[in-house]
Amino acid sequence: MCRDGRKRESAGQSRPLSVQDRRRAVRGASGRRAGPAVCELLSFGVRFLPVRAALLQQVRVLFFPVFPSGSVNITLTMQKGDQNATFLCRYSIPRGLNFRCKLAIKSVQTVFRSLATLEKTVEKCHIGLDEQKDRLTFTLHCKHGLLKTHNLSYQDSESLEAVFDKDSCANVFRAQPRVLVDTVVHFPTSLEEVTLTLSDERMWVRNHVEDEAERSKAVLTELCLAADEFDHFDIKLHNSITFCLKEFRGLLLFAESTGLPVTMYLDEPGSPVVLSVTDSVLEGNFVLATLSDDHYLRQSNRGADAEQTRPPDDFMNDDMDAYLIAMDSSVAPGPSTADPPSLAAFRKPPAPNYRTRTYSEEEEDGEEDPERPPDKKFRSLFFGSVLPPSPRRSSQPFTTQEVLASDSEEDEAEAD
Amino acid sequence: MKFRGKIIDVACLNHFTRVVTTISKLTKTCVLRLTPDNLFFILSGKVTNGGVGMWCELLQNNFFDEYQMEGVSSEFNQICLEVSPENLSRALRTVQCAKSVKIKLTKKHCACLTVAAELPTLSSASRVVTHDVPVEVIPRRLWQEFKEPVMPDFDVSIYLPPLKMLKNVVDRMKNLSNFLVIEANLNGEMNLKIQTDLVSVSTHFKDLGNPPWGEDASQDGGPSQRGDPELLAEATVDIRKLQQFLVGQQVNPTKAMCSKSNTLKLTMKIKCSAGGSWTH
Repeated sequence: MCRDGRKRESAGQSRPLSVQDRRRAVRGASGRRAGPAVCELLSFGVRFLPVRAALLQQVRVLFFPVFPSGSVNITLTMQKGDQNATFLCRYSIPRGLNFRCKLAIKSVQTVFRSLATLEKTVEKCHIGLDEQKDRLTFTLHCKHGLLKTHNLSYQDSESLEAVFDKDSCANVFRAQPRVLVDTVVHFPTSLEEVTLTLSDERMWVRNHVEDEAERSKAVLTELCLAADEFDHFDIKLHNSITFCLKEFRGLLLFAESTGLPVTMYLDEPGSPVVLSVTDSVLEGNFVLATLSDDHYLRQSNRGADAEQTRPPDDFMNDDMDAYLIAMDSSVAPGPSTADPPSLAAFRKPPAPNYRTRTYSEEEEDGEEDPERPPDKKFRSLFFGSVLPPSPRRSSQPFTTQEVLASDSEEDEAEAD
Repeated sequence: MKFRGKIIDVACLNHFTRVVTTISKLTKTCVLRLTPDNLFFILSGKVTNGGVGMWCELLQNNFFDEYQMEGVSSEFNQICLEVSPENLSRALRTVQCAKSVKIKLTKKHCACLTVAAELPTLSSASRVVTHDVPVEVIPRRLWQEFKEPVMPDFDVSIYLPPLKMLKNVVDRMKNLSNFLVIEANLNGEMNLKIQTDLVSVSTHFKDLGNPPWGEDASQDGGPSQRGDPELLAEATVDIRKLQQFLVGQQVNPTKAMCSKSNTLKLTMKIKCSAGGSWTH
């Protein structure tokens, strides 16, 4: 793929040095809970895959596809808070080369370990591939002619794909990230899972308590959001979906940093939920597993406090509660909102833009009880790039590339 | 049994939350006693060999805009609940920006204190968040454990220096020894001393002032302070317990006093501007 490697120069926008941001990107990509996250060099871009990572809030990467031959300028934009920095990368790729490898992101992090030092001393970063020795070489060109070379071994990676279809999801809503962040802040950070219950006009968010024993000790928190807090709210199926809150929080952090609205696609319990963050240059799809139906059935058979699709809203009722309280359910008023937008999950050429989507696979752990729901791990975050129209590129043919997610081959021992 | 209280004022909510948070740092569970005029957070003192008891009295009027309760019966118009202050504190902390907060006794899967808050939103409907904090109702036969502690016969009672300063001193001393000797006299002088094989450290405070008797409403005007004003009464306490008490203090007290009685009890009393008072 990249024989000559990529040269990167600082575009000198709002930040003086770019190496630190590259490092931050890598660090941000792995987050605190990163397991064997991978940094994949694909034929058209670098992908940071924070497998099980909670935070990717600092990186917003734009990719431009690389032609089979010739060199192309790649722009990486890193965003941290309200600061922006843009870097230029130059790719040089021989025709027909298609390469995929896998690196532990922590190895890449060690290359960019000390930000302060990097800031002061490093001028350029050169990344080259040595296929004979199965190595990726990072060379830091520092001041005074100093060269620091890091050789990182990589592994071949396979790709597995899981299929999901956003269009077929019964329930869709879109909200500004702030709304969702303000919702999850009410739940303790140690909470594993959260349940969304949907009706025509409202959404209830509750903490999910697994054991009966825990129910008597745990604080049960419930928050109700009205449909008009959402940019779009279209619910066809009234049900309850439970998924992992920790991953959700991480994704919301990312969404908040980009300022983009978050669209959520939900279906039956057991089907994955998809969170989508889209704008003109990127589309990110986050797929989370959910608890399946039979889990709910088992729970409701067990406990007296069965799941209700319309939990009571007795706050507005100002009468005093008797010790033995009667639950009353509230009626949701008002008409429902407009038609859902149709998002093409995958668009084929000859459109100048193309989008790719994330695939993720729910891990099947053979040792687990087959009745238990699949492990709710968030697998990968992939940013597809969309080409802006450009006179230089318009004459060239584009081939749609099918992008596959990283494999689920992760060493459990290495997981954080 | 019914209880329903509503807090609308942000400052009151904030103050109440800080009180609960302070308590949560001192103990994992405590008793909440509700009467028509007051709320009490009580940790029944097992005051043998360094045990700690706590009594916190809050005037409901200072916090709640609406407050209604009905006790077990008209004769015993109280409610006693065992609650985890940590849970309550967490629930309250997330709703500091609320337009109003209601706390009520409810029965969901078990008896709960429900904290229900109305949050401001940009849209027309306001967002409602409820936290159901599980509690256990304490039967009437156990209530005598939670009566107000009687202030014992004092040798010396003295106002404390600013708690932050005290905390700093105690923090440093904790590294050196496990036990701290507190001396105080009726002249407003207080010493904190530690003694080890290698070193002895003492910190002296002057002009602290002594509370006059009869000023505190909860005391029944006990015996007058007597004895030589220069005489130092002394008490040895476990530093870690003292530190735990000081660390938890989040409310800004107007007065804090420490009283030592000859029955080996050290009582720290903190009076807060909003009319809550602690005894520890």
